[in-house]
Amino acid sequence: MVEDSTAHGGRVLLDGADVARTIARMAHQIIEKTALDDDAGPRVVVIGIPTRGTTLADRLAANIAEFAGVQIPVGYLDITLYRDDLRDKPHRPLERTAVPQGGIDGALVVLVDDVLYSGRTVRAGLDALRDLGRPAAVQLAVLVDRGHRELPLRADYVGKNIPTSRQEDVQVHLTEHDGLDEVVLR
Amino acid sequence: MTRHLLSIADLDRDSATGLLDEAQRFEQALTGREVRKLPTLRGRTVMTVFYENSTRTRVSFEVAGKWMSADVINVGASSSSVKKGESLRDTALTLRAAGADALIIRHPASGAARQIARWTNEGGDGPAVINAGDGTHEHPTQALLDALTLRQRLGDIDGARIVIVGDVLHSRVARSNVLLLKMLGAEVVLVAPPTLLPVGVESWGGRAKRGESSLTVSHNLDAELPAADAVMMLRVQAERMNGGFFPSEREYSIRYGLNEKRTQLLAEDAVILHPGPMLRGMEIGFDVADSSRAAVLQQVTNGVHVRMAVLFSLLVGTDAEEVLT
Repeated sequence: MVEDSTAHGGRVLLDGADVARTIARMAHQIIEKTALDDDAGPRVVVIGIPTRGTTLADRLAANIAEFAGVQIPVGYLDITLYRDDLRDKPHRPLERTAVPQGGIDGALVVLVDDVLYSGRTVRAGLDALRDLGRPAAVQLAVLVDRGHRELPLRADYVGKNIPTSRQEDVQVHLTEHDGLDEVVLR
Repeated sequence: MTRHLLSIADLDRDSATGLLDEAQRFEQALTGREVRKLPTLRGRTVMTVFYENSTRTRVSFEVAGKWMSADVINVGASSSSVKKGESLRDTALTLRAAGADALIIRHPASGAARQIARWTNEGGDGPAVINAGDGTHEHPTQALLDALTLRQRLGDIDGARIVIVGDVLHSRVARSNVLLLKMLGAEVVLVAPPTLLPVGVESWGGRAKRGESSLTVSHNLDAELPAADAVMMLRVQAERMNGGFFPSEREYSIRYGLNEKRTQLLAEDAVILHPGPMLRGMEIGFDVADSSRAAVLQQVTNGVHVRMAVLFSLLVGTDAEEVLT
């Protein structure tokens, strides 16, 4: 599907319906892979990385509640203070951090972000998680994997793989932040 | 260019509000955690240089630095070469040469922090200097932590009526607070005996423009308490007084002390602040400081988070244009 994004310009890779379907599919995958609806399954929490990751975490949790009838705790984790490029980049404002209900000790944590690129954000997220507690396991869910990893990391749940060049920019727009749902390549 | 925090005048309304927001974020980031340690300032060296005694300010700067993994070194005047007669300039240049990324200065002379910032940044690339109290001039991080406490207790500072009581003449806390609170839209009332008010105090923070909040001066505490959203008691700074500023401690306490009886004039939800150290029985009643209206210990906790925000904003990031990745 190739069309111009009316709101932000660039080539639309996923439109609103695609985004909703993709998130729903990821929610099903999380339920299946973590055995969430099984009483013997682990305690699962989702933790979103600001800014778009927190919204995706909320939506995944809502979808999981709808499909599996299980309310899973949602948390937010700002990783700015753990970045490895703090010295070279301009000051950036801190975002909201909230530990999920019941903490993360012994839980299966699904870390959620919008775009997986170099992997450095995820690495910072893993460092930050270590200071929050000791999860039983950590999995990674991203809406878009655009390649070009600089660290040995991969996602457990990928909404869509989008091969890109480094010159391109993948932007995830979500209604709560941008007025509409779409994924744009520019 | 090295950035400093020497005076509230180094901030504008947006950057001050930004620091308060970030302090709140630091509090959120550290609550409910197993490990109260962030890697943010790893490899950075922060030196506190205190030529006057301090408990709260020095400890909270040290805690703030350590929680962000900075190496924090404390230099006290009584245990350093200052005792042997080394000048302030030589001490400052020595600490720069020893690798300080930030110097946190408390000094009895007004303007000392600015002077040190000038000396240590000649030729560029010197440390960030933070004023932790210079004589009777300013104490900007104290004003920021007071503002954060007021914002948490009152919801909003804009339009709030804050009464500052006591030894305004010798108080750097009062000056920084007046500047910051006015900037954030508060109405400020200074209450003090005429002998403890500096000349020209009415013009602190600039003349009131239309629509801007005002600064008023009063000598009658009882008259100001009923309308106050918050009252900030200042310590009587006997160590800076070389003369009779009031007849007796007893008379000062009776006229300007916030005793148990006087708190009944305050609104139910009014907040009582004190920058510490408190002289219980002098400017504040023995039990008043422990009442639910008092925010004295909340101020201390906020002091840690505010100082984390200040260190973060001064030591992290470049001025370069942001390149998104």
